[in-house]
Amino acid sequence: MIISVASGKGGTGKTTIAVNMALSIDGGVQFLDCDAEEPNAHIFLKPVIKQSKKVFIPVPEIDEKKCTYCGRCRQVCAYNAIAVIKGTGGKRGSILVFSNLCHGCGSCSYFCPEGAIKEVNKEIGEVEIGSSTALTTSTVGFMQFIHGRLNIGEAMAPPVIRQIKKYINPTRTVIIDAPPGTSCPVVEAIKGSDFCVLVTEPTPFGLNDLVLAVEVLRKLAVPFGVVINRSDLGNKKTDEYCESENIPILMRLPFKKEIAMAYSKGEPIVKVFPEYRKDFRQLFDAIKEKKGSL
Amino acid sequence: MKQIVIISGKGGTGKTVITGAFAALAENKVMADCDVDAADLHLLLQPDIKERHEFRSGKTAVIDKEKCIKCGKCAAVCRFNAINNDLTIDRVSCEGCAFCSFICPAGAIKMEENVSGEWFISETRFGPMVHAKLGIAEENSGKLVSLVRKQAKELAERRNADWVIVDGAPGIGCPVIASLSGIDCAVVVTEPTLSGLHDANRVIGVAKHFGVSCGIIVNKYDLNMSMTERIENYCKDNNIGLIGKIHFDKSVVESMVNGKTAIEYPAGIAKEEIIGAWQVLQKKLK
Repeated sequence: MIISVASGKGGTGKTTIAVNMALSIDGGVQFLDCDAEEPNAHIFLKPVIKQSKKVFIPVPEIDEKKCTYCGRCRQVCAYNAIAVIKGTGGKRGSILVFSNLCHGCGSCSYFCPEGAIKEVNKEIGEVEIGSSTALTTSTVGFMQFIHGRLNIGEAMAPPVIRQIKKYINPTRTVIIDAPPGTSCPVVEAIKGSDFCVLVTEPTPFGLNDLVLAVEVLRKLAVPFGVVINRSDLGNKKTDEYCESENIPILMRLPFKKEIAMAYSKGEPIVKVFPEYRKDFRQLFDAIKEKKGSL
Repeated sequence: MKQIVIISGKGGTGKTVITGAFAALAENKVMADCDVDAADLHLLLQPDIKERHEFRSGKTAVIDKEKCIKCGKCAAVCRFNAINNDLTIDRVSCEGCAFCSFICPAGAIKMEENVSGEWFISETRFGPMVHAKLGIAEENSGKLVSLVRKQAKELAERRNADWVIVDGAPGIGCPVIASLSGIDCAVVVTEPTLSGLHDANRVIGVAKHFGVSCGIIVNKYDLNMSMTERIENYCKDNNIGLIGKIHFDKSVVESMVNGKTAIEYPAGIAKEEIIGAWQVLQKKLK
């Protein structure tokens, strides 16, 4: 079963919920941190990284000896990533590639009539694979940990997320920590999940962004439920919304200074307060039940 | 005119609370919300929309079933897994590269322009504001952010404004990069947690990469004093100005619930500290 944890609004507690649930269920889960722009789960799970793989996207490289500056590549590029100036009066033309605009679709090299375009790999990030020993007990078992990191200055996280998700082992319980928001990186992370947990806080910001996240999940047709974090701050509007939309509230976690303190130091809640393990196990059971009843 | 953007790397550190408060404090300014996929600033500023525009960006492939000869060439060339086994388009995965439409021997694939969002020019009780709403699950290419920035800047020039105050997005990808262009100072709001510092460090790396100077605000700094100290040392070591430190103050949440900025609410200590941070920032930019 693949469970993703998402939120709309940032900072509501996605990583907290994902990490603590992963540390509370038996059998050893596979944990994927798909927030490639700002990965945080490693801070809590302290994985031992065993393997690291660079993520590349293919970008065009022009062989100017062969290029006739015909402009076909510029014409087929949907992202304006190639500029061509045709030669005039015996003067050579020129061609420029803006690789940070390139999505790596491969159109230009395919359509170049001169065979002057070769695709070369451009590194945009890396994926690391390891295992977490943050809280190994006889029942929790071995956790496989995978995360990715977008390089500083790179704009597009989805190729890194796609690379992380290639490691999904569907025979295990897979927990995906998704990025915030409602646009392409989130969609890439959640797509294909069996269930999604939306973490929110009961404030106007939390609710506004929860409503947007719900629309994303409905569009993707992924079943979902809500966890209300810092459930004693803010107001009742989030409860009312969930009730009127028939969205199950799977768990409530009140604000506690001790929890905030543990978080700030990179310590999972269940490590500092093992009594919470049963709450996170209940959350997992509630997800299984919801998933089973669909 | 000075343009500032409030960013954080990590979400939920208080970008919008700080932006709203600065909007209340600054004189003669224009606001812009560049967190176009989960915008919240409007909840504090309650804009009265004066202009509404469609945002068109990118294209999506559409297959004409009548013309399709089921050769599968489109699926073979698509690198975004956007063509399903039954030769229909997965609209969410399609990145609009149009490779399939060029390769189709039957001329069955057309590219259709997306209406991927809306943008607005509004009036608020603190002055004009440019904001936007990205369509659900649309590509946040940064183009909408660039458009909001451009409109805000032009509006500020027309009105002779002294400040453009921009609420940024979390993360370090395209929307954040687009929100940094032409910025005089990026205010990085962080919290005294390992995650907060880790993420602030990455977004500061992005700002430096694009030559934008940064200052730091530590929000809820009293939640872990030793982490706050670590962030202060980080500022010193990296020569980044510490603009302010703000207490964890429940009245900030209350002000938000009441649709007010932290400055308008009869609040406690956080309000005074935000006012202090604004004064430091003004001095820094003089």
